[in-house]
Amino acid sequence: MDKKRYELNVQLAQMLKGGVIMDVTNVEQAKIAEEAGAVAVMALERVPADIRKQGGVARMSDPAMILEIKKAVSIPVMAKARIGHFVEAQILESLKIDYIDESEVLTPADEESHIDKTKFSIPFVCGCRNLGEALRRIAEGAAMIRTKGEAGTGNVVEAVRHIRTVNREIRQLVGMPVEEVTGYAKANGMPYELALQVRELERLPVVNFAAGGIATPADAALMMQLGCDGIFVGSGIFKSNNPALRARAIVKATAYYNDPAKVLEASMGLGEAMPGLEIAEIPPGQLLAGRGW
Amino acid sequence: MIGVLNLQGGVVEHLDHLERLGIPCIPVKDPADFCRLSGLIIPGGESTCMSRLMRIFGIEEVILREFKRGMKIWGTCAGTILLAKSIVGEPAYLSLIDIEIERNSFGSQLDSFVSEACIPQVAPYLLPLIFIRAPKITRAGEGVNVLLRMEDYIAAAESPNVLVTVFHPELTGCVAFHRYFAKKCGFDPLDQKSLPAIDPAWNSKSWTRQARITRS
Repeated sequence: MDKKRYELNVQLAQMLKGGVIMDVTNVEQAKIAEEAGAVAVMALERVPADIRKQGGVARMSDPAMILEIKKAVSIPVMAKARIGHFVEAQILESLKIDYIDESEVLTPADEESHIDKTKFSIPFVCGCRNLGEALRRIAEGAAMIRTKGEAGTGNVVEAVRHIRTVNREIRQLVGMPVEEVTGYAKANGMPYELALQVRELERLPVVNFAAGGIATPADAALMMQLGCDGIFVGSGIFKSNNPALRARAIVKATAYYNDPAKVLEASMGLGEAMPGLEIAEIPPGQLLAGRGW
Repeated sequence: MIGVLNLQGGVVEHLDHLERLGIPCIPVKDPADFCRLSGLIIPGGESTCMSRLMRIFGIEEVILREFKRGMKIWGTCAGTILLAKSIVGEPAYLSLIDIEIERNSFGSQLDSFVSEACIPQVAPYLLPLIFIRAPKITRAGEGVNVLLRMEDYIAAAESPNVLVTVFHPELTGCVAFHRYFAKKCGFDPLDQKSLPAIDPAWNSKSWTRQARITRS
């Protein structure tokens, strides 16, 4: 990918800022998401809550299903490839969707290497739990970052932990003399040049969305106030009992995240949210955020 | 004061350009924010998202009221869709300029591209143009002045009170369009003759100045 193409891909993510990207599993859900004001949809066969429940190997979705969703909406369409599965990524690129999520929600195909994203023209978004992980993905060619959170739980605690960690590490870099950056970058697995860039910009050099466990308008506004540029909602919408209403409410709360009266208005009478999961009750082997490195 | 509609999308990118020209500007999203604006920029982003929020929060009627008062409006990309009088295959939103527009007309993100063109009314130089999942203006009605025609479509046009560009000057170092719109709004941007069309101090990360983690 040449530099211009990469910049165009970062810039598409810039145009998504302040918006909500929703997981959808069929055409009907995609239309509900678009109608509610989603800025993009993530097309996949099973939302993370179902992947978690059903177990087994989770792979890229059927391209025919992704194509149907692509035909049904005018907003950008994203889809997930397994970590390290560059052939799934090649298929999604041939399908001409708009963004690939190299995602820990699917079962990793490679436990040592992520996809070399610089080989592709299509943009990638990747998950992170801390600044080092975000910068390693950017070094590999990711044009957009999201916190991992813990997908499919309806529990925002891990997403909060991840954005707070990223922000703390950015503030540490900004506050340190330049000669300390080398050691700090080495200790935290950060590519040095990117650590220097973060220190100068005082943020990630690409757009950073929140993901993993966002289930209510208040969760979305919380992540925005913590400094995220936008929101991914996975299971939170279509596992609740009134998806259309909840989708609209999360869009409103994301746009007006710093206006408590409007977040209040968005929070009223939504019916039941998705059932939540306590992180401590999930067997360690079933935690998704630990996939990838 | 020029406002940038702050519901979703490329807001800080426009604010960054206006600040480069020394033009007073603010992000706007509450009805009360609009009353002192001489101009409004509707940025790129997703037009369905912005249109839903505009309707729900009563921004649409405020924009129409302030437009009648004399506020000028510039739409980039999604903003152009919101301003068009006719959208292929769906109902129009604000209907403030007599153009027909076709949404997402080039294909997917893989078809997004960079180009350049000279638009004599705006600046006497080649200007960089960035098209991201861009719409095409397929027809311009009477009283609409075509600023840039490309192959089979129109990329920029204006009426006395509305400017539309399907590309993104705010994603390049080009400040000529912001200067042009500011003049339309009655500003006389500083050093406008001596400033080049491209600000050499701009780079593709300049937007991050307005979106630092360490702010406040």
